[in-house]
Amino acid sequence: MARMKFLCDAERCIECNACVTACKNEHDIPWGINRRRVITLKDGVPGERSISMACMHCNDPPCAAVCPVDCFYQTADGVVLHSKDLCIGCGYCFYACPFGAPQYPQATNFGGRGKMDKCTFCTGGPEADNTMEEYQKYGTNRLAEGKLPLCAEMCSTRALMAGDGDVLADIYKERTVRRGYGSGAWGWSTAYGQNDRGDAFSPGREGTGGS
Amino acid sequence: MTKLLRPLLVLFVLLLAAPAVQAQFYQTPGPTSPTSKEEVQLYQTPDGKLSGRVSIPDAKLGVLVQPEGREWREFRMVWLKIIAGALILGPIAALAIFYLIRGTIRIQGGRSGRPVLRFSGMDRFAHWTTAVSFLLMALTGLILTFGRMLLIPLIGHPNFTMLAEASKYMHNFFSVPFVLGLLMIFVLWVRDNIPEKADLVWLKTLGGVLNKSGEHPEAGRFNAGQKGVFWAVVFGGFALSLTGFLLMMPFAVTGIGGMQILHVAHGVVAALMIALIIGHIYIGTIGMEGAFDAMGSGVVDENWAKDHHRRWYEEQLRNGRANEDERLRHHAAE
Repeated sequence: MARMKFLCDAERCIECNACVTACKNEHDIPWGINRRRVITLKDGVPGERSISMACMHCNDPPCAAVCPVDCFYQTADGVVLHSKDLCIGCGYCFYACPFGAPQYPQATNFGGRGKMDKCTFCTGGPEADNTMEEYQKYGTNRLAEGKLPLCAEMCSTRALMAGDGDVLADIYKERTVRRGYGSGAWGWSTAYGQNDRGDAFSPGREGTGGS
Repeated sequence: MTKLLRPLLVLFVLLLAAPAVQAQFYQTPGPTSPTSKEEVQLYQTPDGKLSGRVSIPDAKLGVLVQPEGREWREFRMVWLKIIAGALILGPIAALAIFYLIRGTIRIQGGRSGRPVLRFSGMDRFAHWTTAVSFLLMALTGLILTFGRMLLIPLIGHPNFTMLAEASKYMHNFFSVPFVLGLLMIFVLWVRDNIPEKADLVWLKTLGGVLNKSGEHPEAGRFNAGQKGVFWAVVFGGFALSLTGFLLMMPFAVTGIGGMQILHVAHGVVAALMIALIIGHIYIGTIGMEGAFDAMGSGVVDENWAKDHHRRWYEEQLRNGRANEDERLRHHAAE
């Protein structure tokens, strides 16, 4: 069983925003919701880097911990999902998330945020796989079809990768050795650096976020 | 001449700019380059908050990593529960022990049967508007804070979501009557709550609460304890309203760090206010005979007024609002 992760190679990201567009299109994301976005650090000065960021599907998800209605769960692949039937749109997950992943649709009345929406690693939600209900709430379920998230599949420079964390780490390390530089996997120390609990199929190993 | 000069000038500028351009080619192998996969640093050392630029019109998403979320999580999951739990169970336990020792504070000499108007309809409307809104917001706030721990195991996830959603809306909407009631309370009672010298005597003897003989220090319309409650409610209520309304309009005024601080402040002040109000409810109901009448019917017993607010009672007498003789005559005629 794989431990699904995202890895964005900042040395390769060219801030084309294709991942953002692909995600929006694939899941019919409404205006104002950004499951994925590209952030440019040191914009316009030497050392500029762009990083594509979405939910990192953490080892010990802060969103799941602080949720007052306990609507989150983690799949055997390590993907962090939530139930929109249970979510009350309180906004706590956004305060706790280190990556700003949770998003809320604008609601009409004051104080009324809609139900939270975030990256599902193209894995849908608690509904039956690839049903219309699942699609309308969470978007497509590519993982159930044996496909990886579209943002990473779409990436023209292969900066953004999605899949088994160990494989991604291996690819990234090989790249770094060949080209001779690299600034690390963005967000990994925060998302997978600690609290590694692994899963039922493979007990966690330190610093890898399971296997 | 100028035709020849222009390309030369461009070339000159380009040459000058070359070191700056070169500096951007930092992505070059150097002496520190890894030579094997094992040397590659996959995990960066976690550093502080990282923000950049995003091209989407949602500036708060420019935050790449915010480690402060961890501290907020610690507060929400651990400290808030300890603080709120202690500030609710602590006063209840203390008051239960106090009640067992002291019992209800009786009216000296029993009820006289002669009424004195203490709170007008407007006073009571302001009080109960604030009180009912506060209690509902306290209850719904506690449901959202402790519900996952205490209620989900009892009623299950779908039912608790319905309850929590209703709680969220009630918590938001009852803030409006709460603020209106709070403003009324302030306007109606502020002039009777200015601290004065007699309050020091009251505070020294704790209002005579430990004195079994029933002696009370003199007090005007409000004693020092009530003044304390008044100012705590005014300032605490104002703090709760301010932080609450800002929490209702997320990111309208402040960023993610500010929202976390607002939530912490709201939670801590709310817990303190709940503790205060538990004491207030105790002394207004089972703690003291005749006290509830003041906010219930608005009319207190004359002996109660003499016991607890002698100076205020005498003022009422002077102003003809509690004419003892007339009432006595009235009673005699019966």
